[in-house]
Amino acid sequence: MRFARLAPALIAIGCVVATAAADATGPRSITDVRVQLPSLDQVIRVLSLRDYNTAVVVIGVTCLGIASGLIGSFMLLRKRALLGDALSHATLPGVGIAFLVMTAFGAEGKWLPGLLIGGAISGGLGVLGILAITKLTRLTEDAALGIVLSVFFGIGVAVLGVVQKVGGNAAGLESFIYGKTASMLFSDAATIAIAGGAIAMICIALIKELTLLCFDSAFAASQGWPTLLLDTLLMVFVVGVTIIGLQAVGLILMIALLIIPAAAARFWTERLTVMLIGAAVIGGVSGAIGAAISALAPRLPAGAIIVLVAGAAFLFSMICGPTRGVIARAWRLIRLQRRIGRQHLLRAMYELSEEAGANAASFTTEQIHGQRYWAHGELRAAIRAARRAGEIDMADDSRLRLSPRGREAAWRVTRNHRLWELFMVTHADIAPSHVDRDADAVEHVLDPAMVRELEAALSEQYPDLRFPPKLDAGIA
Amino acid sequence: MPTMPAILATTTWTSLDVWIVAIGAISGVACALPGVFLLLRRMSMMGDAISHAVLPGLALAFLLTNTRDPYVMLTGAAIVGVLTAVFTQWIHSAGRVDEGASMGVVFTVLFALGLILIVQAANHVDLDPGCVLYGDIEAGPLETLRFAGLALPRSVWINGGVLVINAAIIFALYKEFRISTFDPTLSTTLGINATFMRYLLMTLVAITTVAAFETVGSILVIAMLIVPAATARMWSDRLGNTLLVAAAVAALSAPIGHWLALEGPAWFGYPGVDTKTAGGIAIALGGLFALSVVFAPRHGVVSKALHRLRLSVRVAREDLLGLLHRLGELGRPAENAMVNRLMRATQVGPITLGLAMRSLRREGLVTGRGRVQLSQRGAEAARDIVRSHRLWETYLEQHLALPADHLHHAAELLEHVTSPEMREGLERETGQPELDPHGKPIPRSPD
Repeated sequence: MRFARLAPALIAIGCVVATAAADATGPRSITDVRVQLPSLDQVIRVLSLRDYNTAVVVIGVTCLGIASGLIGSFMLLRKRALLGDALSHATLPGVGIAFLVMTAFGAEGKWLPGLLIGGAISGGLGVLGILAITKLTRLTEDAALGIVLSVFFGIGVAVLGVVQKVGGNAAGLESFIYGKTASMLFSDAATIAIAGGAIAMICIALIKELTLLCFDSAFAASQGWPTLLLDTLLMVFVVGVTIIGLQAVGLILMIALLIIPAAAARFWTERLTVMLIGAAVIGGVSGAIGAAISALAPRLPAGAIIVLVAGAAFLFSMICGPTRGVIARAWRLIRLQRRIGRQHLLRAMYELSEEAGANAASFTTEQIHGQRYWAHGELRAAIRAARRAGEIDMADDSRLRLSPRGREAAWRVTRNHRLWELFMVTHADIAPSHVDRDADAVEHVLDPAMVRELEAALSEQYPDLRFPPKLDAGIA
Repeated sequence: MPTMPAILATTTWTSLDVWIVAIGAISGVACALPGVFLLLRRMSMMGDAISHAVLPGLALAFLLTNTRDPYVMLTGAAIVGVLTAVFTQWIHSAGRVDEGASMGVVFTVLFALGLILIVQAANHVDLDPGCVLYGDIEAGPLETLRFAGLALPRSVWINGGVLVINAAIIFALYKEFRISTFDPTLSTTLGINATFMRYLLMTLVAITTVAAFETVGSILVIAMLIVPAATARMWSDRLGNTLLVAAAVAALSAPIGHWLALEGPAWFGYPGVDTKTAGGIAIALGGLFALSVVFAPRHGVVSKALHRLRLSVRVAREDLLGLLHRLGELGRPAENAMVNRLMRATQVGPITLGLAMRSLRREGLVTGRGRVQLSQRGAEAARDIVRSHRLWETYLEQHLALPADHLHHAAELLEHVTSPEMREGLERETGQPELDPHGKPIPRSPD
């Protein structure tokens, strides 16, 4: 089974989360892996948000998780998941240059709105750069992302190098990269909450337009929707969320929050609205849990903990998600294979009855086994399934026979098989000796509507489509 | 473009600077070689993912062995680097998640894991996230390592070793890399395991990334992996040449980058200030890439625009000749102003029209000021154009049965691509008629 191979990763992540939760106080050896749990009192204090600092951090990170979950969903569906990655790296030179410019004009270099504007401008330039590279050259989008990300970050490194040498009160610019989640101020949390709320409102107001853009941008353009404007709006949102989030939680966490909740929510549903809500919930909850854990283990970087919590949510969703999760899809596959096996068994028994005439109605497994190719163990599983479904029963110790319900089902699947064979011969000009294999696969997926269409297509050449004869109870 | 001797002449570089440049160039070339294949496989962001994700590999290797031995570190990082590729592939195929997104999930989680491991061991480990992100190329020459009797900087040994490994493996498996990159299905049918080649490349990328880490940092490794390859793609269509150009670009970026880092801040009003060479190298790479996007032959923006302009001038020339011929048929004098007005009415821009007119005059096909006249040779060329046009109209009507009002537009396009041999073929096919479907005479060749 595929998901079984993921088990080691799950265990590894579990171990790390456990290690991360360990409160490391006092000197300890690096080989010391004891998990030192915080006291119950600490846990209660954090969970009830009684600590002012903890409350601010938890609320701020939760709002950020919700907002980036929403935006991330649209970016994921637009197949631009990594744009946030490139963008957040591209903000660095803007932040550095803004600092230098503000210092040069004698202002306070770390005036936050100024830094944010600088970052937003260079982030926007980065997006323009990506668009220019993909439009003007034959390079693909992944290359454009890589180029913009690394070159802009390089410029940022050079600018920060100058900032360090020039001096000034530059300490803290670094927090744009690592974040300073644990020391988030009330004003930071409030900014995040307001901006996140505004972005969520606009997303909800424009949900129809954005949905159309994500699923069929060409159709949206042909219907006269301003797709370029909508795309630009999405980019502006990403820049906005990234800029706000960057200085609060850092670069890697920001990228993770834009990608992971949306990707995790995708496993739970095929509906966009549900996915949006799911992504917002996963983003918000991982933010809250991660912030709470890091409040209990202050030595650990909060951003990293939140990423790991979101990663665990992703892994859980990937394995257990009911619509696209690995288990759900494996289960559907097994059920389909079981149904196919059962139908093969029924048709084999029908064909045996046909050959044997009216005097034989029960067969040994050897007889059935000789009727067609069975994979190892397939026949036994099919017999078990068919007996459970009441389609066959035991005539005596070693012989199987079709029940009335089984006779009806066997007749139907045989008929579907033969209708399809006939259709392939008459309408697809395929040699009669070649049609059995195709029909073998198709017979299982013919629903009543398709059978009616087949009948209509064949009725001109074959007026009497009541073949093959039903097995009447007399035979059995 | 300043060359290395030129830079050396204008600045006062010490041997320290030369070593910094050498380290930058060596690690740049080592990155550029596997980078070309990453780019061609559309896996550029895999470089980003791996360079972030090797962090836990480094941390774990240290925690398990308690040494900073480069081989141990390289091994640990390489294993996690390959795991990044494997996990990404799993999530992509088992979970049907978009490849970019699955990459994003894997590397952010692994990076977070690495950060926690490092913080856990922070008291003991000399690995700080700042060093991982920015690298410290300036400190590179300070730590020397004696090997085979030669005392060279440690990063020269490490990056040089990786460069040799990369070059040797790519040279030895050149055919396999090429086929599995461009056509994995074909490579599988030829007996080359495409999956193995993919993960071999991922291993090379992981090792290279880690080696270059200390010198340029995790983000600039991406610049060194992708940008030289992308630059080379602008210059070359052949894989061998692309690899060579990428290596050259990477090597060139080191001296330029170091020079920028030393001199650049002064241009912006910070005299006497120098900055990170790693940032300078990334800027140099970005500059070389931008120059290539603009000026590269064939694929560059300028070259493509020139090509388009030449084509439209040629079309405008032929249209001008055709127009003059038709005016002659009508017995109307070709006043300059009228010719311009008629040409402009067919969406020909003023620059294109001016260039077309100039080239016709220069070649002596057109004479006269104020009133344009065809010369002897010009008249022949014009006749050929109109002849092609009307033969095409006849052909399209006879053979494709297009309605009469659809003939002109198609013939207008086809006349520009009709060679004399095609014209003869058209004559044969249409039976040499006197008049075209609109009743206009088809001009004859003089012979």
